[in-house]
Amino acid sequence: MDHILSLIVFFPAVAGLLGFMVNKDSARAYGISVSAIEFLLCLVLWIGFDGSNAGYQFVEYSPLIPSIGMSYYLGVDGISLFLALLTSFITMIALISLSIEKDVKNLIISVLFLEMTMVGVFLILDVILFYAFWELSLVPMLYIIGAWGSAQRLYAAVKFFLYTFAGSVLMLVGILYMAFLYHDATGVWSFALPDWYLLQIPFDTQLWLFGAFFLAFAIKVPMFPFHTWLPYAHGQAPTIGSIILAAVLLKMGSYGFVRFSLPLFPDAAVYFLYPIAIIAIIMVIYAAMVAYAQEDMKQVIAYSSISHMGIVVLGTFAMNAEGITGSIFLMLSHGIVSGALFMLVGVIYDRRHTKLMKDFGGLASVMPGFATVYGIMLMASVGLPLSIGFVGEFLSLAGFYKVSWIMTLLAGTGIILGAIYMLTLYKKSFFGEVTHEENKGLKDLNGKELTALVPLVALVVILGVYPKPILTTIDMSVKKMLVLMEKKAIDPNTSKFIINVNSIGGTK
Amino acid sequence: MLEPISISMASLNLPALLPMAILVVGALGVICIDLMAKGLNRSFYTMITVLFILLDLGAVIGYNGSIRGFFDVMLVDGIARIAQVIILVASAFFVPLSLSHRHFKEFKMAEYYALFMFMIVGFQFMVASDNLILIFLGLETSSLALYTLIALHNRAKAFEAAIKYFTMGALAAGFYTLSALIFYALTGSVEIHQIEQVLIERDFEPLVGVLAGTVFMIGALGFKLSLVPSHTWTPDVYEGSSAPLAGYMSIVPKIAGFVVAMRLFEMLVLSGVVWLEYILYGVVVLTMTLANITALVQEDVKRMLAFSSISHAGSMMAAILIGTTQANSALFLYWTLFMFTNLGAFAMLWIVRHQKNLWDERYQHPFTKFSGMVKIMPITATIMGVFMFALAGMPPFSVFWGKLYLISAAVNSQFIWLAIIIVLNSAIAVYYYMKLVIYMFLKDPVSNDAGIYATNASTPLKVIVGFAAMMTLFAVLFVEPLLNVITKYVIASGF
Repeated sequence: MDHILSLIVFFPAVAGLLGFMVNKDSARAYGISVSAIEFLLCLVLWIGFDGSNAGYQFVEYSPLIPSIGMSYYLGVDGISLFLALLTSFITMIALISLSIEKDVKNLIISVLFLEMTMVGVFLILDVILFYAFWELSLVPMLYIIGAWGSAQRLYAAVKFFLYTFAGSVLMLVGILYMAFLYHDATGVWSFALPDWYLLQIPFDTQLWLFGAFFLAFAIKVPMFPFHTWLPYAHGQAPTIGSIILAAVLLKMGSYGFVRFSLPLFPDAAVYFLYPIAIIAIIMVIYAAMVAYAQEDMKQVIAYSSISHMGIVVLGTFAMNAEGITGSIFLMLSHGIVSGALFMLVGVIYDRRHTKLMKDFGGLASVMPGFATVYGIMLMASVGLPLSIGFVGEFLSLAGFYKVSWIMTLLAGTGIILGAIYMLTLYKKSFFGEVTHEENKGLKDLNGKELTALVPLVALVVILGVYPKPILTTIDMSVKKMLVLMEKKAIDPNTSKFIINVNSIGGTK
Repeated sequence: MLEPISISMASLNLPALLPMAILVVGALGVICIDLMAKGLNRSFYTMITVLFILLDLGAVIGYNGSIRGFFDVMLVDGIARIAQVIILVASAFFVPLSLSHRHFKEFKMAEYYALFMFMIVGFQFMVASDNLILIFLGLETSSLALYTLIALHNRAKAFEAAIKYFTMGALAAGFYTLSALIFYALTGSVEIHQIEQVLIERDFEPLVGVLAGTVFMIGALGFKLSLVPSHTWTPDVYEGSSAPLAGYMSIVPKIAGFVVAMRLFEMLVLSGVVWLEYILYGVVVLTMTLANITALVQEDVKRMLAFSSISHAGSMMAAILIGTTQANSALFLYWTLFMFTNLGAFAMLWIVRHQKNLWDERYQHPFTKFSGMVKIMPITATIMGVFMFALAGMPPFSVFWGKLYLISAAVNSQFIWLAIIIVLNSAIAVYYYMKLVIYMFLKDPVSNDAGIYATNASTPLKVIVGFAAMMTLFAVLFVEPLLNVITKYVIASGF
């Protein structure tokens, strides 16, 4: 298993290239097979993963452009392992549920290239290549939204691309400045993240660098007020695009916070903690309110994504093991749940060609299976105990409780608001009489859709009841990172803060 | 009465002239052949030209004599050699573009190839000298040949372009001579290194004189390098010339200009006279930003590429402004990578050329022409898409590595704001490059006839484009060796 990470990163791309040769009638089967193999590879990685080793495993290193310190450097730890698994799993499920017929071959090849870039972002440890994967992931998504989306697709695709591209260019300056600082301190050029972790940066410089990285990640997450591209992208994207966008692409931003912002700039992260927490709380509450006001089912879920990502950000900036582990778990659970919800909206859209709630009503009597799955996913999204959504949300909030109880309380209202808009959505669409004639003849879930949705339902329940195997692995790597942050902090108050929030009793 | 001059042949170091001599012989040879045998095919002339360029390239690479030669006016140092290699490689890729499927009058004429070789000689003299007079001769030789080459395209627009280029060029030449005159008056020398010595001894006094000389020089070189505000000729001239020639003009004359600018301005920037740096800083920022913003509103792909190449030239001036070894290496790295990508992009326009303006009355290559191209010619569209993303500086394609190294140079010498301006500009630039990608990939085709896009395609053109695409895609693999060679030569010549 020496080169399993390279295999996992580049297998989808190679398969995508070979996919040009596959006849378009068999393209979907090809896509599913490739993504299933990729998922199996990720499972093999998990099995081979040493759960007692908190550091990077399966490391591959070879210099690529040594004179500027760039290398080909892959590694996986508890934080990135499950995100890579999530990526391959969601891609597979999304391809199984695919119902688009037009130019399906191009679509599948784009999805496979997208999978390479997403897995690459999570597994690469060289920052220049990280940037490369980060930017490259925009191109297939641009094509997916722009070519298969609905009426306003061009505007949505361009907005998505420009927003995220513009956000990340400053990160490039930040990256190069980090390399400069590293060279200044050690005399060696390096873009390897583990090397950078060891570097102590002066406080003022940290603030600037934190800002440069923060902008890129915040736009991707997307954090208020940079969230406006997301509803457009979701509104116009085809189902498969929405699933991947919500389930994986947004996680790249929050992963960036955990991987870069916190361990590289601990002092700045603590310094900016409250402003960021306030933005996160605005995201939670404001997005939930906007979600309530939507008439389009897909927009409700899009805004609920923003609301949930607010809790992810809050958990990350709790700076303690519970909060960060919880936020990573919430990324996984949100990936599964929002992916499933977008898929369900796609299911009903394929049948009725509308996503407006007022066109539905009484669906529960016509499509009982659909209503059941929808109900389960909805509960998981709200964060019902024993469902997957509860674990991450609870841990994130519990973690932040040690920082500030009042902010946690405010963020907690997000759960209540979430219940309000989600249950309203359910009531409007599924309960009551069937008011529209067209809805009476709707068919329930077919075999293809069940194949895609049943594994998701199973995961929602299993991981909701027993999340421990995943949590312990994440927790281990998170604790290692926290120790590092505490040790390298320049300002003694930062160390004190990190120790405080990580000990029982908390600061207040 | 003049003293008799006695100089030994050895001290003249004639081998320094060998590369240029080869091409002069080639050019004269082509004219003589034309006198003797009429009606030779263009492929003959093309290949003869390529062969002479290759011989020249061999002479440049193989040269190992002293760096000074021919009454000390020649200066064959490291940057002169890299620049000559870039010029010759770009030329060798350019000439076979004449072997397009359709026949054009200019490619049938032997004079075209002769002029082309004379032009290269001019560029070579420009980079391989630090004598202001020899640089001027090189500049004028190449420019006069280039004006004629543009006019030979034999379209109304081409004449307009040639005349516009000529008149503006004449003004720039005037500026150049004035500047050289001022420097001579100040220091009593036309050799850049002696000017530098004298100025440093005198602590750059009188300042007004130095300022006037610099401003005139920026005017003159700014014209060649299409820096704002002397950039206005660029889009019109590119539009009027044939697509390959436009691509060629966006690379080769500029690298020659950059070398001259590097020799001259770095000494001035390092003088410590603050406002010299400010003037350059302003020019750099304006060139990058204004060109980018103007490119946003272009309706024609060729004009868009023209403005984009102005903006790229602006980033190169940023390298000269920074002036460290890393920045100077970044300039050559950037330009080498940019050469393949930009020549590729212009060659693509050449391939899809159609003799009639089918899509728009005014423009030959409006964006609508490329609508839905991926559905008609998927490979062509994909390659063009790669070129666009590469020009926009998307990793991991070619230009990104040049840009990375340039920004890194800026950051390392504490030009943080300059670095930020460069990346913000690439954020603006991505919009107009992407516009073409969106037309090609996301819109529906106007016509389903692949034939109208391929009237000018031929095997040599496809091979050249394929090669450029390969170099663009796999740039990451050869950046390291390329960078090592470039850095070695840049350090060797003391920049």
